[in-house]
Amino acid sequence: MAGVKLEKLEKTYPNGFKAVHGVDLNIKDGEFMVFVGPSGCAKSTTLRMVAGLEEITGGRIYIGERIVNDIEPKDRDIAMVFQNYALYPHMTVYKNMAWVLKLKKTPKREIDQRVKKAAEILGLTSMLNRKPKQLSGGQMQRVAVGRAIVRSPKVFLFDEPLSNLDAKLRVQMRVEISKLHKKLKNTMIYVTHDQVEAMTMGDRICVMELGRIKQVDTPTNLYNFPANTFVAGFIGSPSMNLIEARLTFENGVCYADTQNMHLRLPDEIGRKVKTYDGKEVFLGIRPEHITSKMANKEAIDNFFKAEVLVVENMGNEVFIYFTLDNNQYIARSDPSIRIKSGDRHEMWFDTRYVHLFDRKTKQNLIHKPKTG
Amino acid sequence: MKKGPSTTSFFINGLLLVICLIWTLPTFGLLMTSFRDRDVVSKTGWWTTLTRPSQANLTIDNYKQVLSGKKITLVDHKGNKRTVRGDNLNRAFLNSLTVSIPAVVIPILIASFAAYGFAWMDFPGRKILFIIVVALLVVPLQIALIPLLRDYGRLELTGTFLAIWLAHTGFGLPLSVYLMYNYISQLPRSIIESAIIDGCSHFGVFWKLILPLSVPAIASLSIFQFLWVWNDLLVALVFIGSKPGVEVLTQRLLYMIGSRGQDWHLLCAGAFVSMILPLTVFLSLQRYFVRGLLAGSVKG
Repeated sequence: MAGVKLEKLEKTYPNGFKAVHGVDLNIKDGEFMVFVGPSGCAKSTTLRMVAGLEEITGGRIYIGERIVNDIEPKDRDIAMVFQNYALYPHMTVYKNMAWVLKLKKTPKREIDQRVKKAAEILGLTSMLNRKPKQLSGGQMQRVAVGRAIVRSPKVFLFDEPLSNLDAKLRVQMRVEISKLHKKLKNTMIYVTHDQVEAMTMGDRICVMELGRIKQVDTPTNLYNFPANTFVAGFIGSPSMNLIEARLTFENGVCYADTQNMHLRLPDEIGRKVKTYDGKEVFLGIRPEHITSKMANKEAIDNFFKAEVLVVENMGNEVFIYFTLDNNQYIARSDPSIRIKSGDRHEMWFDTRYVHLFDRKTKQNLIHKPKTG
Repeated sequence: MKKGPSTTSFFINGLLLVICLIWTLPTFGLLMTSFRDRDVVSKTGWWTTLTRPSQANLTIDNYKQVLSGKKITLVDHKGNKRTVRGDNLNRAFLNSLTVSIPAVVIPILIASFAAYGFAWMDFPGRKILFIIVVALLVVPLQIALIPLLRDYGRLELTGTFLAIWLAHTGFGLPLSVYLMYNYISQLPRSIIESAIIDGCSHFGVFWKLILPLSVPAIASLSIFQFLWVWNDLLVALVFIGSKPGVEVLTQRLLYMIGSRGQDWHLLCAGAFVSMILPLTVFLSLQRYFVRGLLAGSVKG
């Protein structure tokens, strides 16, 4: 087993397009690292460079202690699971899993043992003689994972392995892969564009945008302490409300002002942004930190009249879309609250959980991120 | 609204029926005539075989005569004996096979290699080379006949099977490469990448993955190439010439038309001998034929 280290990793395509801009990342041995980001953020390219399918044009990749830049994919001791499974359609499940071992000239008996063991782990024992086309999507993906397991590689690479599955199966496979990681304890790198997958599976998450790392941290830290507006907006569903505001200090108390809002911020936040008196910032607040005033009757300030646009009832919670100062917000609330679309309603902002971001650098002013 | 499609389909089916009849009727006539006695052929039409079966006197003597390579004695329905010289289509049939099989296998194998290279291997000039190969599709093979013949003359290849295998390989390659490329480039990239991570070389990927997965394309292309080579007269005429013992079916048939222009019963039998193999190939592989035509245009 081994960790993976990316050092100033760069990828420039022959046409001059630079996809990856000097990525530095240290993935610990046995860690489940998730690369997440919108399409085009080069998360797959980075993974493919680790796999050796994409040429590295700058920087270094270490797997364990070894620099693998010029090492063939087959000698990197990795296994990859692809989005469309990439099973060999003319081979049975057994042969699909056994092939890689056969290529490595593993003794037949050992091949048999390893394939059967992998099949057992994944519940494929009864399907070993079937062809891929006789399997369902979830089963095919399990075979693809099985093919990776039999190699017992140092590092598992997953390239959006669940995006071809339907929603229900995706949740199920998500849990299975997590369980697998707990069992095998290998280093795994998992690429996805789905932030729910990232949040639920990763030991740590690497959020990427346009070929750059935006933040690397544990799911909880990413959610609670986003380093910048991109991570703030990307992680969490529905995403964080981000609005333009101006900070002012009155008698030592910090306020965030918009056209009609005068939000009083807690002193501990105020202390951290003293130098921003009179400056424009982005104010971020998660939907669960805005509720109807009805839910918090003791509130004495930080509630404002808003126009409710749409109310989405999820059963266990409701999402309230409303406008205030021409900004659209979303609030997450208890379903017991009686609000209809079209209402004018007082919304309460729980300012203990606001985030403030510099307008120019878009960095979080309150929580300085730990570096990964 | 419902009437529209049904009238349209009526017309379409009607038209197809007419086309089928136009094609099948003469072929059927040919088949009938090939089994009729030579005296009857000159007196009555083939349809009398159906209208007056009792007077048909169907015989396989025509086939005996055209196939045989030696002089043979035939006995007609009246008991008259006559000795005739066979047309040796037997030998020509074998020659045609000897020409066709390598002339199908070689170009398709080379084309598959080339198509894999063009589709999945990175090398400088890949695009321009592929364009050149495809552009060769528009060059008529007649242009190459004379220069090739000269070179063959110098290499003393004229009149050999090797000459015609090479010629058919060359003429067949552009289309084969193009069709195989269309198919192979549509195979999912991740399968190939997965095999490469598994430790397969390019050759291994080709041999163990691409070839087995390309069976439908290879089958349909084989049918095309086989029909073309089997029915070819021009290339055979130029490169084999009139060398006895090497002549292919089409050449023998041409010769028969010259020497036995009046003997319809023999010409019909000869024609059927030359048709029988393509017909068998087509009928047994028609599944691939239809699917292969769609190769590359429709996914899956």
